[in-house]
Amino acid sequence: MNENVQGGMKLTPEQERSRRQRNVAIAAAIGCIVVLFYAVTIAKLGPGVISRPF
Amino acid sequence: MAFVSQTDRGLSPRLAVSTASPKDYLALLKPRVMSLVIFTAFTGLLAAPAHVNPTIGFASLLAIAAGAGASGALNMWYDADIDAVMRRTRNRPIPAGRISRDDALGFGLTLAILSVFCLGVIANWLAAALLGFTIFFYIVIYTMWLKRATPQNIVIGGAAGALPPAIGYAAASGEVGLAGVILFAIIFMWTPAHFWALALVKASEYSAAGVPMLPSVKGPDRTRRAILCYAVLLAPLGLLPWFIGIASLAYGLLAFVLGALMVGFSLRVYFCRAGLKADRCAMQLFGFSILYLFLLFAEIAGEKLFALLPLSI
Repeated sequence: MNENVQGGMKLTPEQERSRRQRNVAIAAAIGCIVVLFYAVTIAKLGPGVISRPF
Repeated sequence: MAFVSQTDRGLSPRLAVSTASPKDYLALLKPRVMSLVIFTAFTGLLAAPAHVNPTIGFASLLAIAAGAGASGALNMWYDADIDAVMRRTRNRPIPAGRISRDDALGFGLTLAILSVFCLGVIANWLAAALLGFTIFFYIVIYTMWLKRATPQNIVIGGAAGALPPAIGYAAASGEVGLAGVILFAIIFMWTPAHFWALALVKASEYSAAGVPMLPSVKGPDRTRRAILCYAVLLAPLGLLPWFIGIASLAYGLLAFVLGALMVGFSLRVYFCRAGLKADRCAMQLFGFSILYLFLLFAEIAGEKLFALLPLSI
């Protein structure tokens, strides 16, 4: 199947480019949120994060 | 999210896929308003009598910024018809056709829910509740109701723009203290003079868009009197952070001088009533009002940051 075809529509190069840019932006935003939550978890729990009873 | 409505815009199927770039979605967040929100929330956070872990403080500010961005996106979703008429706003992503209203609504709602949830988890649920209330107040009370209904729209609606320092204070301390209330009051009292100065110059555009701003409904003279009244009330209010001890005497002196200048610029607007000079006076007040708020909050934030420096330096 042609890469430019989505749901029976052929995307223009501009539509392809903007869709790729949006996907990269979403990926970057999700990555930033993951890093942020990791940092906040470490900041909240401190050294105790590795000394929890299992 | 990536499809522009064909029925809304009458586009062919080939053009129905959105060509919006990340930059267009960034524009939906109103970055300039967002920067003011971050700055005032940061000042509120520093003014709280509590130590805040820098990571928690930074993450809290990010969540507050996201909430402000959500408000901007939802505002543009609802006000797309007004934005299309006014020269200042007609190139925004929705009236320019780069993002559909539905996409903006989905983007704004998602961001609003995420920002409130994140602030609750990262800081505390009082700050999150205040952020949620701010978004609700800005969109439902101001944008959907007051803006199109009364010339007092920006007076009451200004509460939404004034809340960020109280949110920052609550994020740091878990309560809304006197300092948070005073910082809120300063921005609340500053808003009418700031916006009405601009509205005096842009009155015809607001009238064309059907927005009942004070100059269009009550006339420019009544607006000039109202601006002067709010400036006179604002000047002593600006001194309160020094009076209650969250800022130094240097701040008090700065607030006194800036307050006097604010009244002075408002007096010029009051007396310059005709021609290009009247517009120039109004725009000078508009510009100075931004400087006024920035300097007051920067002085408080600067003093608090300086106090955090190790004494050995």
